[in-house]
Amino acid sequence: MKISKSLQRVLIVGLTMPVTLFILGAYNGVMQTLYRAGVINDSAVAGINYYQGLTMHGVINAIVLTTFFAVVFGHVVMVNYCKREPNKNLYTISMVFMVVGTLMDAVTMVTGKAQALYTFYAPLQASPYFYIGTSLLIVGSWLAYFSWLLMWKEFKKENPNEKMPVAVLGTLVNFTMWFMSSIPVAFETLVILTPWSFGWTKEINVPLTRMLFWMFGHPLVYFWLLPAYIAFYTILPKVAGGKLYSGNAARLAFLLFLILSTPVGVHHQFSEAALSPSTKLWVSILTYGVSIPSFMTAFTVGASLEFAGRKRGAKGYLDWLGHLPYFQRNNYLFGYFICGLILFIFGGLSGIVNASYSLNQMVHNTGWVPGHFHMTVAGPVVLVILGMSLYILSSVSGKPIKNKSLATIIPYLWGIGVAFLSHGLMAGGLMGEPRRSNLGLSYTNPESTLFNKYWLTSTTTTMFGGMIMGSAAIIFFYVFFSTLFSKQQFEPCIELPVLEELHNEKKVNLLNDIRPWAILSFVLVLSTYIPSLQTVLKYGKSVPNKFQFDNTQNLNDSSNLK
Amino acid sequence: MDKYELRAILMSGCLMAVFFSALLFNLYSRKIDVPECTPYTGIFKEPHVTQLDNNTYQAFVTAGMWAFAPTGMKFPKGSTVDFYLTSKDVVHGFLIEHKGVNLMAIPGTMNKVTVKFNEPGEYRIVCHEYCGAGHQNMMSTINVTE
Repeated sequence: MKISKSLQRVLIVGLTMPVTLFILGAYNGVMQTLYRAGVINDSAVAGINYYQGLTMHGVINAIVLTTFFAVVFGHVVMVNYCKREPNKNLYTISMVFMVVGTLMDAVTMVTGKAQALYTFYAPLQASPYFYIGTSLLIVGSWLAYFSWLLMWKEFKKENPNEKMPVAVLGTLVNFTMWFMSSIPVAFETLVILTPWSFGWTKEINVPLTRMLFWMFGHPLVYFWLLPAYIAFYTILPKVAGGKLYSGNAARLAFLLFLILSTPVGVHHQFSEAALSPSTKLWVSILTYGVSIPSFMTAFTVGASLEFAGRKRGAKGYLDWLGHLPYFQRNNYLFGYFICGLILFIFGGLSGIVNASYSLNQMVHNTGWVPGHFHMTVAGPVVLVILGMSLYILSSVSGKPIKNKSLATIIPYLWGIGVAFLSHGLMAGGLMGEPRRSNLGLSYTNPESTLFNKYWLTSTTTTMFGGMIMGSAAIIFFYVFFSTLFSKQQFEPCIELPVLEELHNEKKVNLLNDIRPWAILSFVLVLSTYIPSLQTVLKYGKSVPNKFQFDNTQNLNDSSNLK
Repeated sequence: MDKYELRAILMSGCLMAVFFSALLFNLYSRKIDVPECTPYTGIFKEPHVTQLDNNTYQAFVTAGMWAFAPTGMKFPKGSTVDFYLTSKDVVHGFLIEHKGVNLMAIPGTMNKVTVKFNEPGEYRIVCHEYCGAGHQNMMSTINVTE
């Protein structure tokens, strides 16, 4: 479908801005592996200190890149299936909010005014503009969501009997979940952290801020994962040369994510006091529940790929794996999808370990955790973002991709890098290696009294993986920007591959309506967070603490300490 | 949905049920549990260790930027120690290597864990939560004597 100039501009800004910042995010990621392996025994390189770089790496890669992509991809999906454009004012204001918020974050991070990492970490204080910027970015993404709700309402009025397309359902589910779960973090940043950071309030209830953050922090991981799922369900089958195995299963999987992703945030807090063991066990059960839609996805996507392989002439049980379109220049997207899926098998399984109540004690806050999430967020999520960014950039700007051969090998290289990186991090994590730590200054520095030789092998493996990922990223930036700055050759349009379903299934009304599931989700959120809030308020106290990252002096009067 | 799809869902449900039974087995038969709620009584003025009887101790530990107090904790082999942990400034971590002890020290809360030291040796306590510029140097040791 042809698109207007203004929508085109918004989409191209929405792709280019995060990819540009991703240069900084990826650079800091590679640098961290060098520090951690003991190659750099310093607190800062080129004016960026380790923890400042860590903050940039987390905020840019995990919030900025993912949120921008979710919004751009959402626009593309909605326009493609509803055959109309969203409200111009809404999508423009939404992008302005997101860009301004991101710039505020970028400035505070680059100038070193925000070294509180992306989980905020009160009572470490960051600049209030960091909190406000993050909130603006999130509120901007809400506006895009509102514009899609209007589009869908119009479309449904005109086509009352049509099923909700899987991709539209996925997009609306994702943003409904996002909207619900970002209310607590908006409350945390705007009502608690910003006034406290300005110095208008003295006391802060730290366990409360942590509870509110993780209420958002876990749905956030599904928010960045679901666009990848939408691509796996609705784009991959066609790209592989087959059909989607079951549309209703896809719908059910998305709806299960809607009800189960918000109430499970407490599983990031198993090692904390002020939350009762019964709440933690309940959350473990719910988190096991949220693994079911991922298992379903593994089956449905696997079956769709098997169908595609057989159509291409595969016989026997596993022969279909060899009959898929790997390494094909004109089908470069396939590599991004398949490498992401392979990594996600291990990412998903290691996630079950994290979710497992007492087993979590073995891995909490060790290198295991980033090992796990690099196989999810740096696996399927980033690979789909990179692949689809190229695809969308090309069709929306009317420019063919430069260097398609390079674009084809990026995902394989990246995937190998992630495998090494995650293996090193997880092996180190099981030996107690802490995450978020500049190991090069102490534990992996032979001159330090804290030196631990066992962590050298694991951190070196990690560094090796990080450098491979870095090389893949450099190739990607080259392909992306050379495409962006090339000449327009065809009429800009939005065109996604047409989805066909293998089984002709009946329309199930419950699977085409988000509302009842959203209500159920709300009930489950209450089931976790009413008891959590009770224990947090009963066992946790507000404290008059406020610290800068490099100073042990309490910025609030220290004589108030009890 | 066809029958293979339903079987896949059923099988993954069963798998998770097996995992969950393993957690319950550990919880009730082997008493492996997560930290529970302990009332917050303020920061210890003097972080210290008290001996309750022959081989039972209580350790009142504060985490602060960037050291744990008290330092040089020493227990004889076979001791059971209740660690009470809080923070006097920002959020810290408390991981005792080889013991599977993994706690968060959060200002305004009191965390608690009970550990039995059966093997003599030096156990390292590593801070595993970002707590500012000196985070990577925040380590302490526990000495378990013969």
